[in-house]
Amino acid sequence: MHLIVVGLSHKTAPVEIREKLAVPDSRLGEALSRLCSYPGVKEGVLLSTCNRVEVYSVVDEIEPGYERIQEFFADTHLSLSSEQLTPHLYWHTGDRAIAHLFRVAASLDSMIIGESQILGQLKDAFEAALAHKTTGVIMNKVVKKAISVAKRVRTETKISEMAVSVSYAAVELAKKIFSNLEEKTVLLVGAGEMAKLAARHLIAQGVRHVRITTRTAQHAIDLASKFGGTPVPFEQFKDEMASADIVLVSTGASHYLLSAEDVHRAVKERMNRPMFLIDISVPRNIDPAVRHVDNAFLFDIDDLTQRVEQNRAERLNEAEKAEQMVVEEVGMLREWMQSLEVTPTIVALRSRVDEIKQAEVDKTLGRLAHLSPHDRELVEGMASSIVNKLIHSTMVTLKSEVNSSSGVAFIEAARRFFNLDHSASSRPEVEGDAARSRCLTHASDESAHEAGTPETSIPKRTT
Amino acid sequence: MVTMVLYFVATVSFLAYLLRRSEALSKVSLGITAAGFVSHTIALVTRMVATSSPSPPSFHEALSFFSWMLILVFLAVEFRHRIHVLGSFIVPLALVSLVSAAALPETAPTLKPVFKTLWFHVTLSMLGTVGFAIAFVAGVMYLIQDRLLKSKRFNVLYAKLPALDFLDRLNQQSIVLGFPLLTLGIVTGAISAEFARGSYVSWNPEQTWALVTWLFYFVVLLGRLTVGWRAKRAAYLTVIGFACVILTLVGVVLKGHGVLS
Repeated sequence: MHLIVVGLSHKTAPVEIREKLAVPDSRLGEALSRLCSYPGVKEGVLLSTCNRVEVYSVVDEIEPGYERIQEFFADTHLSLSSEQLTPHLYWHTGDRAIAHLFRVAASLDSMIIGESQILGQLKDAFEAALAHKTTGVIMNKVVKKAISVAKRVRTETKISEMAVSVSYAAVELAKKIFSNLEEKTVLLVGAGEMAKLAARHLIAQGVRHVRITTRTAQHAIDLASKFGGTPVPFEQFKDEMASADIVLVSTGASHYLLSAEDVHRAVKERMNRPMFLIDISVPRNIDPAVRHVDNAFLFDIDDLTQRVEQNRAERLNEAEKAEQMVVEEVGMLREWMQSLEVTPTIVALRSRVDEIKQAEVDKTLGRLAHLSPHDRELVEGMASSIVNKLIHSTMVTLKSEVNSSSGVAFIEAARRFFNLDHSASSRPEVEGDAARSRCLTHASDESAHEAGTPETSIPKRTT
Repeated sequence: MVTMVLYFVATVSFLAYLLRRSEALSKVSLGITAAGFVSHTIALVTRMVATSSPSPPSFHEALSFFSWMLILVFLAVEFRHRIHVLGSFIVPLALVSLVSAAALPETAPTLKPVFKTLWFHVTLSMLGTVGFAIAFVAGVMYLIQDRLLKSKRFNVLYAKLPALDFLDRLNQQSIVLGFPLLTLGIVTGAISAEFARGSYVSWNPEQTWALVTWLFYFVVLLGRLTVGWRAKRAAYLTVIGFACVILTLVGVVLKGHGVLS
C-alpha cells in the first residue's frame, strides 16, 4: 500500500499543457471512476485547478502505480502522448507525496504563495472523490490532515496576512493611517477597475460611506447604487473632497486632476485631520507635489506595487516557518501510515498480549508461592494458550485480508481493538523507524529511493 | 534595585522587539515589565509604610513614583488596546527616570515649606507630567510613522507602529487628562508657597518655567480644540512641551540641591 502523487503544475508545465489536462467539474466523476479502474489503483483524488493537475492515489506498487497514473493522464486528452507529458510530470511517494500535498494545501507551492483559493479547491476535489467513493481509509486521513495543516499554517504564520495585490495594499496602507475604517468616508474619483476593487476591499473592511464621482454623471449613479454609495457631480468633487478621509483616483485623464493646492485646502478645511490619497491612474491624476502637504498621504501605483513586492518577500519568509510545520506534520502522519502495515501490527499485537499475559502470570504466581516448578509451568502454559487462542483468528484475518480492498480498515480496527497505538511499549520499532522520524528532512530526501520497501510489496488485486 | 534591573531587561527586550520581525518578544518584554512593576510597587509601599510620618517627598521618591505611574499607564493602555510597541517607548522613559532617581542621593534636601499640602502638589504635578510624558511618546511615534509613510519606507518599524489616528487620539487624551492635573498641582504648590513664604509666586526660575509649561500646554490644548492643531503639529508641540517639562524638573532638582538659589 503506497501513497503516490503524479502531476504537473505551473512550475513544471506551460499553460498549453495544463489546460489540456485540466478536468472540468462536470467530468470529474467520470475521470475519478476511470482512474480507479486501473489495476492496482485503490484510492484516488484528482486535484485540477488552473495552476495544477495532480492525482493523489493509493496503489499496490509504486512503479506500476506511476505508470497507471501516467496512462490516465495521457488518456485524459487524446492529443497528448505519454512522451509529451513525461518531461512535465513529477512523481512522489511516501513522505514526499504527503509533504507535497501538505505544501500544496498550505499554498506553499502556489504561484502566489499564501493565497487561500487552493485550500477550497482541494476541499472540492476531496468532496468529489468522496461522492464517487474513490477514497478509502488512507486517502481520507491524509487529505483531512492536509486541510488541517493548511489551516494551522494560516493561523500560526503570517503567510496570508500581507497584501499581495495592489488593490489590497491600498487597504493595508489605509489601516496605518486610520485605525478604525468604519467611520471613514471614501471618495471614488473615476471608475478604473483597480480603484473599484480597492473600494470593494475597503467596504469589506467596514467603510460605510462611499461617494462616487465620474465624468459621466449616469455612470456615477450606476456605480453608487452598486456600492451603496452616493453620487457626486464631477464639477463639485474638489469642494466635497474635504469630507473624504480616503480619496481613490483612477480616471483616464491625461493631466493632474488634483493639485497640491486643492489638497492643501481640503486638509485645512478638515482641521488637519489626516487624508489618504491613492492615485491608481497612469498617467497620474494627482500632482506628486501633494507629498509636501502635511497630513496628506499620497500613494501612487508604484508605491503600491513596491509594497506588494515587499509583502511577497515577507511571505517567502513566513513560508519558511510553514515548511517547518509541514515537516513536523508529515512526521506525525508517517507514524500513522506505518502503523497500517500488517507486519508491524502483528508484531505489536503479539507483544501486547504477551505483555498482558506475563503481567497476569507474575501476579498470580507471586501469590501461589507454594506451587512446584511443574505446576508453575502449567499455569503459565494455560495463560499462553488462552491468549494465543484469543488472538489467533485476529492474526489469521489480518494476514488474509491484507490484500483485500478493506485490508487497511482491518488493520486500523485491530489496532484500535487492542489499543496498540496508545501503550508506549507496544509501538513496534520495526526497521528503526522511530529514529528516522526525528530527522525527517533527510528521510524525505531518501524516501524516493526507498520506493519499494519490501514489507509491503504485496501481490496486487484489482478493486 | 531589582526593579531597575527588570526595567532594564524589559527595555532591551522591547527595543529588540521593535527591530525584529518576531512577535514573540512582545510577551516576554511585557512579562518582565509586569514583574518589574510588581517589585516597584512593593518597594514603594514598604517605603511608604516605613516613613509613616507625613514627611515631604524627596525628589528620589517623586521620580520613582513618576516612573511607576508611567508603567501603570502603559500597562493599562496595553491591556486595553494591545499596542505592544508603546512599551518600546514608554519603558525606556520609565527606566531613565528611575535611573536618574537613583542617581540622586536618597536624602536629597527637600523644598523648604513642610506642609501636608506639599504631598498633593508633588503627586498632582507628577500625574500631570505622566500625562505629558505619554503625549510625548505618542508624539514621537506619530512623527516617526508620519515620516515613514511620507517617505514610503515600509520597514519593520512601519509594521509595528500603530495607525496615525490612534496615536493622535492618545496624544489628545493624555493632554486632556494631564493638563487639569498639572493645573491643580500648580495651584496647590502656590498655596503651599503662600503658607510657607507668604506669597503665591516668587518668580524664581523654576516657578517661571512651570508657568511657561502650563501656558504652553494650555495653548496646545486650546489650539487643538479650536483651530485644528492636531496630527503632525500637535505631535511636534507635545514633544517641545515635554522638553519644557524636563527643563522645569531639572530646575527644581538643581534648586533643591542648592545649585540654583
